Amino acid sequence: MQWQSTDVEVNRSDGTKNSETFTPAPAKDQFQEELVIRPLHSGDIYASFQFRTLWDTDFLQEGQKKVSHYRLFPKSLGQVLSKFSVQELHISFTQGFWRTMQWGQPFIPSPPGAELWVWFHHTVSDVDGNWKELTNVLSGIFCASLNFIDMTNTVQPSASFKPLGLGNATDHRFLRYATLPREIVCTENLTPWKKLLPCGSKAGLAVLMKSEKLFHSSFHSQAVHIRPICQASFFSKSWELRQTLNVVFDHYTSGQGKKEWSLFKMFSRTLTEACPLASSSKVYVDITDNPEGELFELSPATPLLSQAVVLGDRRTYSVYDLTRAETFGQLRSFNLLLRWKGDSGDMLRPLLHAERYVAGFGLQTGEIHTVIYNNHPYRAFPVLLMDSVPWYLQLYIHTLTVTSKSRDNKPSYIHYQPAKDRHRPHLLEMLIQLPPHSMTEVTVQFERALLKWTEYTPDPNHGFYVGSSVISALVPSMVAMSTNFTQDQPLFSSFVPVKEESSYFVRVYTEPLLVNLPTPDFSMPYNVICLTCTVVAVGYGSFYNLLTRTFQVDEPSPPLAKRLANFIRRIRGVPLLA
Amino acid sequence: TDYNDLYCLFTLVQFTKAGQFFSSGHTNNWAVLVCTSRFWFNYRHVANTLSVYRSVKRLGIPDSHIVLMLADDMACNYRNPKPATVFSHKNMELNVYGDDVEVDYRGYEVTVENFLRVLTGRLPPSTPRSKRLLSDDRSNILIYLTGHGGNGFLKFQDSEEISNMELADAFEQMWQKRRYNELLFIIDTCQGASMYERFYSPNLMALASSQVGEDSLSHQPDLAIGVHLMDKYTFYLLEFLEEVHPASQANMNDLFKVCPQSQCVSTPGHRTDLFQRDPGSVLITDFFGSVRKVEITKDTINLTSPVEPPIQRSGSGDIQIESLTYVDQLPVAEIIHQKPKQKDWHPPDGFILGLWTLILLVFFQTYGIKHLKHIF
Repeated sequence: MQWQSTDVEVNRSDGTKNSETFTPAPAKDQFQEELVIRPLHSGDIYASFQFRTLWDTDFLQEGQKKVSHYRLFPKSLGQVLSKFSVQELHISFTQGFWRTMQWGQPFIPSPPGAELWVWFHHTVSDVDGNWKELTNVLSGIFCASLNFIDMTNTVQPSASFKPLGLGNATDHRFLRYATLPREIVCTENLTPWKKLLPCGSKAGLAVLMKSEKLFHSSFHSQAVHIRPICQASFFSKSWELRQTLNVVFDHYTSGQGKKEWSLFKMFSRTLTEACPLASSSKVYVDITDNPEGELFELSPATPLLSQAVVLGDRRTYSVYDLTRAETFGQLRSFNLLLRWKGDSGDMLRPLLHAERYVAGFGLQTGEIHTVIYNNHPYRAFPVLLMDSVPWYLQLYIHTLTVTSKSRDNKPSYIHYQPAKDRHRPHLLEMLIQLPPHSMTEVTVQFERALLKWTEYTPDPNHGFYVGSSVISALVPSMVAMSTNFTQDQPLFSSFVPVKEESSYFVRVYTEPLLVNLPTPDFSMPYNVICLTCTVVAVGYGSFYNLLTRTFQVDEPSPPLAKRLANFIRRIRGVPLLA
Repeated sequence: TDYNDLYCLFTLVQFTKAGQFFSSGHTNNWAVLVCTSRFWFNYRHVANTLSVYRSVKRLGIPDSHIVLMLADDMACNYRNPKPATVFSHKNMELNVYGDDVEVDYRGYEVTVENFLRVLTGRLPPSTPRSKRLLSDDRSNILIYLTGHGGNGFLKFQDSEEISNMELADAFEQMWQKRRYNELLFIIDTCQGASMYERFYSPNLMALASSQVGEDSLSHQPDLAIGVHLMDKYTFYLLEFLEEVHPASQANMNDLFKVCPQSQCVSTPGHRTDLFQRDPGSVLITDFFGSVRKVEITKDTINLTSPVEPPIQRSGSGDIQIESLTYVDQLPVAEIIHQKPKQKDWHPPDGFILGLWTLILLVFFQTYGIKHLKHIF
């Protein structure tokens, strides 16, 4: 039997709808990937992957124009965006804590655990219902327990978390923010994340993502950011999907103590080709601290250099373009090598830094201290501190004090929403002006609540987590920032839109807190039942017996011989035996 | 004619071959693999579940048909000297965690309630597909449980337990809702045989690692990791399954022989009285693999109408251009002058209602209804 080729011809009759000849639409989506490697002063190395898919389409259309054909943009996320009318979505999964004092500022910060914040479109009528369903759907997509996000840990910030994408109205009723500090990040979260990339993990920079190396690090963070942005070549807004993965490899555990790093040492893989679907695929290495090559040696050498203003500083990068065949050399494999030659000295102190800890003793009361450092020598700048505390730590807001340089510092804006037991967490937002070169301390006292016994987790003696505080600030920048957003900039420097030249926006996350709540002894119900039943049985039982028991004399039945003898005596009429 | 007779004979032979081809009653395979123990020293239970997961994936069941529930995270636990790995053999020979694992229920989500809801299908409407057991009446399901158990119960996360009666009732609900064709139940806990004593639904086959009154033992510790890596029964089960490939003809009688008492110290048990087919004719791949039966058709199928080309968007003419800009990330002046949010009106709460009721009662008691006309 042979397969017959069938040729279906398009009906070319005039006057009908099917008369348009099929011409493929010009590709309106593009994909870019890049890897930035920044050697840190302590000998550690910071690698940041960014994958960006741009698509000129409108997810919020209904009916005929509804988006149904996906090319580079992942279909699972596209369907989520249109079903829940999402304007912006930011989700991150982080393992470890970013040490600002040792590593500087990250390109895109994230708190430990899982964090999700979403701006819904202004046409949505039931934001809470959409939020609940969205968290469930995302928990399925990312294999994470995001379904634990509910009303008890969701807040609606009133001034923080402004949209990072295009948008005019910023009515905070459409914003929801939640964080799960206990969330574990492991290979099962990386697997679906990698599947969202157009090339998967088969080609391009994503081949470097091997979980055994990525999770054996000091810091690992993977995030998905979706927002509408403005593109010069199109009239309508484009949707941007950014997938970022930040990882910091420790000098001692992954580097085996030697100050020498290579792609193979970091990721146990080398690069062999760029992703064929990518329009640009680049590797940047930060060589600002190494202008003459006296600090470390970089090989293979590259003539391409690029300068970018990122985080308020002008940095120089060596660029390796993976779309060019000569980058891979004769061996068809690209392995970057950094070898340290001298000692690096001290790092510039970051301008904004924050810490948080719990003070106090015992299991009844405590005090939360948030310390914010402004390390700029002469400039003061405002910061917006947002705290979301679960309801079981009952805050006493009348004890809130904000002191800078041991003097009271009154915030210019305070928004406080008290918690409702088992319904809503505390939300505290304050706009504080930080004096130059100072330390500001925010303290608030709290009392620990006693939960109902079914509300405790299976391991309550581990403690309960309180999510990180978020500090948003406009930090004065050392060099003038470019406000032209549509310029062709590398991805890592073009995430946050810049509105003015003299300052850049930064978000700092503090440590999450781990507090012990008064935990009951869970074996007590069993012990109490046993004890009570014993007491009742012994005490009441004895009393009952004393009252109701009567004693009777009972003759034992005589043995068989005697019974027979008695029987015969009865017949004879002779008196019976005893 | 001769040709006609030959053609009839040909179709008859094809028909009987097709009949044999479709002899087993199932068309799809599902697996529900549950590890119920928390804490680092129960590493072996997670390794048990992951080794069955690995075998099941290797033999063809896709991730979308596997519901994997792990009560704690061992791979990225801070006590794991080799993160993102879970080993089953000492000296770190076999990493059963792999590179493309997808865990559906993890951590605190593994509870008795969620497990029973997955089995019976009674999940909230917003549950994603990967967390559901979407089986039908032609599905063969493999259910594997491991953890700490006792006579008639299995402990979940050290805080609650599931009894054998609940499990038997859940399977009966599944049968009544036509959620399975045949079900294979494997349990690796102490006194595991007590968990299948109470089953009463048809088409169930059960295996356990130990009889009532016996403990299931763990296999070997690894000195670098510091804990026991696997339980004996599942270790030998994994060794047996490594020999099985998708076309293998090994049947259930071979599975019953896995881990005799000389190797396992405990006596593995099995129960087949509720199963309709003879265990010797049931292939291992009927439950552990996903052997798809493809039906070949010889007719050509005509597509009725050509595919509609996508409608082109006509430039910028009919789209409303809103002048959109980026929002200021920290608009200090705007924030300071922000008006407080208008609170939505709520009906008065209990205390206020009670207070007003009291006031009204006192009012009417003092003045009475008949005096009201003097007031109003």
